[in-house]
Amino acid sequence: MIRGLPEEEFFASGHRACAGCGAAIAMRHITKAAGRNTIVVQATGCMEVVSTPYPETAWRLPYIHGAFENTAAIASGIERALKTLGKKYNILVLGGDGATFDIGFGALSGAIERGHNFLYVCNDNGAYMNTGIQRSGATPKYAHTTTSPAGRVIPGKLEWKKPLPFIIASHRAPYVATASISEIPDLYSKIKKGLEIEGPCYVQVFSPCVPGWGIDSAKSVEVARLAVETRICPLYEIEGGILKITKDIKEPKPVEEYLKAQARFKHLSETQIKEIQAFVDGEWTRIKELEEKKCRFY
Amino acid sequence: MAEKNTKKIEFTLGAVIREPGSTIKNKTGGWRAMRPVLDQSKCVRCGTCWMYCPEGAIKKDEKGNFVIDYDYCKGCGICANECPVKAIKMELEKK
Repeated sequence: MIRGLPEEEFFASGHRACAGCGAAIAMRHITKAAGRNTIVVQATGCMEVVSTPYPETAWRLPYIHGAFENTAAIASGIERALKTLGKKYNILVLGGDGATFDIGFGALSGAIERGHNFLYVCNDNGAYMNTGIQRSGATPKYAHTTTSPAGRVIPGKLEWKKPLPFIIASHRAPYVATASISEIPDLYSKIKKGLEIEGPCYVQVFSPCVPGWGIDSAKSVEVARLAVETRICPLYEIEGGILKITKDIKEPKPVEEYLKAQARFKHLSETQIKEIQAFVDGEWTRIKELEEKKCRFY
Repeated sequence: MAEKNTKKIEFTLGAVIREPGSTIKNKTGGWRAMRPVLDQSKCVRCGTCWMYCPEGAIKKDEKGNFVIDYDYCKGCGICANECPVKAIKMELEKK
């Protein structure tokens, strides 16, 4: 064990992720937390493409690749089959934000409603990075992507990010959490908890994308940390419908520090930065209120 | 040239891959432009570099020292950036 994390690697070296890939860091520790007794179901996306260049695989766990839209449905089938056979494995479902927020959302919603026992982990880098940085439901407002190009016509994406953890929690999911690659021990324990709790659990991992965000490969962990410290990425868990902030940011850094570190936000005006700051402040107040008043999601 | 492109791949039913972790055949060290060099005398063995390496290319040896596996290190520089005691320096890769 190093820093309380197992040394055994289930996500092998030699995968084709870009240098400095935030999601690859997440994959290493998610699989460490899940352990050997795990079946991985993965949606199409960056992490699927870089880890399984046929006839090779980076996975040291039983692994099945579905499509974008049916990952949660495949996991449901595996769970029911194992139940019938009387076998017990961890079912770890992995998808990017494209597969989770947009394309596979219907299947995920249905699987949670049916109450299958699995852990769905969304790797949230805020766009379809694998196909060439197209906007998704997870893309933050004013971010430049190839389908929301910042220029004279529009200043990047025009909409706010979809509040998916809250949507999943409202499905009566027993456990929902957000995590970041800058806080690995926290990510590790949330994955463990999500697999231990019976029923459909959901963990959303915030992970920077070097080419998609326009950052230096050495800075991906630093930028993820900035997102936490500026309250852009609040870390919380919703257990039994009750929200608890797991990392309280008492003195937040201005969002400008986070935005200025990335090329996808380099076109932002002062007013737009102020608008983002006001939104982030408002969201934090709302989350704080949910925690303090012990509001129930169901 | 033509011969190089006719590498035989044995297809399995359902495209099943029978060898777990077989990407280790692919040495990604060749991607590297900058080379991280770890100064063992400065290292406090905290494991931060090991934890944040996207490649799993930093390993702990029997003596408890952290060593960089240059076969897989892509030279991203996260380890040097995150090291709390600045024991890792990025140097230009020389062929």
